[in-house]
Amino acid sequence: MTGLLALSSLQVALVVAIVGILLLVAGVRREQPRLVAAGYSAVYTIFALLVVSTAAMVYALVTHDFSVSYVAQVGSRATPLFFTIISLWGALEGSILFWAFLLAGFSALAVYLHRRESDAMWPYAAATLLGISVFFLVLLVGPANPFHVVSPVPADGPGPNPLLQNHPLMAVHPPLLYLGYVGFAVPFAFAVGAMFAGTVADDKWIRAARLWSIAAWAFLTAAIIAGMWWSYEVLGWGGYWAWDPVENASLMPWLTATAFLHSIMVQERRAMLKVWNLNLVVITFVLTVLGTFLTRSGILSSVHAFTQGTIGYYFLFFIAFVLVGSLALVAGHTPELRTKGKLDSMASRESAFMLNNLLLSVLTFTVLLGTLFPLIAEALRGIKVSVGAPFFNMMTLPTVCALLFLLGVGPALPWRRADGDELKRKLLAPAIGLVIGAVLAFAAGLRDLYAVLAFALGAFALVSNLQEFWVAIAARMKAQKESPAAALVRVFGSNRHRYGGYVTHLGVIAVAVGIAASASAKHEREVTLAPGQTVQVAGVTLRFDELWGRQEPRRFSVGADVYVLRNGRPVSLIAPRQHFYETQEEPVPTPAVLTSMRRDVYVNLMAFKEDGSSATIRVLVEPLVMWIWIGGLVACFGAVIALWPRRRGTPPQVRPVDADQPVARKRQKRKQPRVPAEVSV
Amino acid sequence: MKWRLSAIAVALAIPAVGLLGFGLTRDPGEIPSPLPGRAAPQFALAAFTSGAPTSMHPGPVPKVDSVKLADLRGQVVILNFWASWCLACRGEHEALATVASRYVGSDVHFVGVLYNDAPSNGMRWFQELGPVPYPSLVDPGTHTAIDYGLYGVPETFFIGRDGRVAYKQTGPVTDSLLEAHIAELRAQPVAATETKGVPEVKP
Repeated sequence: MTGLLALSSLQVALVVAIVGILLLVAGVRREQPRLVAAGYSAVYTIFALLVVSTAAMVYALVTHDFSVSYVAQVGSRATPLFFTIISLWGALEGSILFWAFLLAGFSALAVYLHRRESDAMWPYAAATLLGISVFFLVLLVGPANPFHVVSPVPADGPGPNPLLQNHPLMAVHPPLLYLGYVGFAVPFAFAVGAMFAGTVADDKWIRAARLWSIAAWAFLTAAIIAGMWWSYEVLGWGGYWAWDPVENASLMPWLTATAFLHSIMVQERRAMLKVWNLNLVVITFVLTVLGTFLTRSGILSSVHAFTQGTIGYYFLFFIAFVLVGSLALVAGHTPELRTKGKLDSMASRESAFMLNNLLLSVLTFTVLLGTLFPLIAEALRGIKVSVGAPFFNMMTLPTVCALLFLLGVGPALPWRRADGDELKRKLLAPAIGLVIGAVLAFAAGLRDLYAVLAFALGAFALVSNLQEFWVAIAARMKAQKESPAAALVRVFGSNRHRYGGYVTHLGVIAVAVGIAASASAKHEREVTLAPGQTVQVAGVTLRFDELWGRQEPRRFSVGADVYVLRNGRPVSLIAPRQHFYETQEEPVPTPAVLTSMRRDVYVNLMAFKEDGSSATIRVLVEPLVMWIWIGGLVACFGAVIALWPRRRGTPPQVRPVDADQPVARKRQKRKQPRVPAEVSV
Repeated sequence: MKWRLSAIAVALAIPAVGLLGFGLTRDPGEIPSPLPGRAAPQFALAAFTSGAPTSMHPGPVPKVDSVKLADLRGQVVILNFWASWCLACRGEHEALATVASRYVGSDVHFVGVLYNDAPSNGMRWFQELGPVPYPSLVDPGTHTAIDYGLYGVPETFFIGRDGRVAYKQTGPVTDSLLEAHIAELRAQPVAATETKGVPEVKP
């Protein structure tokens, strides 16, 4: 019954989507606002229908309605409620349903926010979003239908994949990733809408696209970090990034979106790079579709691949349509976008942004090449190859270091042309930071070139970005007689994009330093211990006390109690486990981590004697891992600051092309209302 | 809209789509083995059991202390790597026992190799799942498994009369798969140069 209701909702949604596209296109061509309004209603209706079908699926999962095929596939009575609910995205069909639901929600929100605007681009953009929805709805009523009727109804199901019910981060990583991926569909739709409407040369669409891109970027950043964290906490190898094709697929749109968020500022301030920005928006979306394709078609071997029969061909058709269609559109519109702007000087912020874009593009291309190389090699030479971490590390680390350097230089450079003396003054403190960072890294025992560089350049960029805050705060304290805290809040208020961006920079620096330290100064040891025996790894003493086993719902769990000793006394317990699932042939190791700001002690139970007389554990001591997670949070927080709505009546933050910064800042200062920032638009 | 520029962009996009389409026709999980077509790596391993009569073949089973691949030259060898801790091996056990029972005493020799496991576990496995009518060997240090480039268990190698690996099956075998490969390999003539000097194998 539930299944029937949900499936009918999806079928109706598909019809409504197609009708909606026709209404929107007809409405905008014949200039009939009522047709356009009807088309917008279609967008809201689809969202309502997807709420119904997604809620029906959650209901079916929670009530263990095994007559629904998806529930019969991933559900089990013994799975805890929390993991039952999140198994909504634990397998192919459910994840596509959830995806379509988020897309419908974002489409409805985008349409709602721009419903009163009369330009032709918005109906076209809405039609583009509906077109993407049509694809997912076709999947859902066709090859990925999660609501098949199972008869006879099984009494119980196998439960979700054990790896996916091992950690609460599984509740966070996939939805964030989908939010990020789906989020980039909106800027893409704006771009396509503006191209169809012939207004792509205006800045209007790209300003709206920028806000959505920041939001999607924040979700994607959070998703990538959460995915790294999950892999670190669950998979047991002590790492967080393996250059797996699907990890790469999420990194590529992140890189191009990051490039866009920087180059858009050049367009805003200098009216340059219009074609480039349009390309970045489109490519980012195409890369998210490619990521979806790689995850859902089973085309490359990856921990994420759910291999499924025909669905890959649907995706192939979709990706072909999107790639060919959008490239043709963009290429056809480039002549309208030619701009006259040119660089005044190499030492300017815009040239730093351009260099940043160049490096990010090189990174994207490198990652794309490495990811697809096995396919290329097989297609051209018929040989099987795999491209692993050594290639990616060797190819990307120099570029990443150059980007870290730019992260420090960029904020210090003014628009248009830098004055040599001013530049020297602004880069003095960061340069001192650079030396201190390098010395610290060397003193801490780092010898890896890239790790030392990451510390040095990280410190350089840190000082440079903090200096921006310091200069602005000091100016306010002096001019307005404000307390430092009040000045800080006002500085953020004066230009959220800019200072939010600097906060994000701080987060990125933390991630870079965390990765450099944990990857290059990792200590690892595998030992077999009898109860009471101790082992020392990188100055950490561990004692294995006992092995225990207990029956848990649906699994048997074996754990080793390992204590961290300080001066011979146990101070904290680390209990790695192995879980034995009935449905899984091999045990699922569950590492345990003792985490702190300084270092993580990571213990994995590799093997044990059944009588408890010994346990083989793998111990990893990795410094500064926590800074990766903190940095990710800070980076997202920066994006939230940038997105925080302006109060009504404040002028737009986009300053005229030739206004120079101090003047603009002063003008905004005056208009700053004295109410707290909670009031939103 | 400039159509010529569009056409150029489309021409650039098509190979990318073609590449992805090609990728869909491939199985990324398929690990190619360099072995098929090459001489099977030699081994001489001790048997922890000669096998036992099964319900399909109640007759006697030859007693074997060890198996040397070279001694089986000129005959068809089905080499199966397995372990008692391997769930997929459980799934193919029945098929191996059934098909092997049909060929006891013929020119088709089944050989099991226990991978990373104790013979006592292997014996317990036979008690639980029923015996097979062919010897099971121990592979100390998994040297033979390494020689065969074992990726996991179960894996089954089909060695022809010429001593070359003809096929490799990754994952469990089935009754029909075994029979199909055996029929092909038995049909293969023994090359004249290859048979010279091959010792007669006692039944």
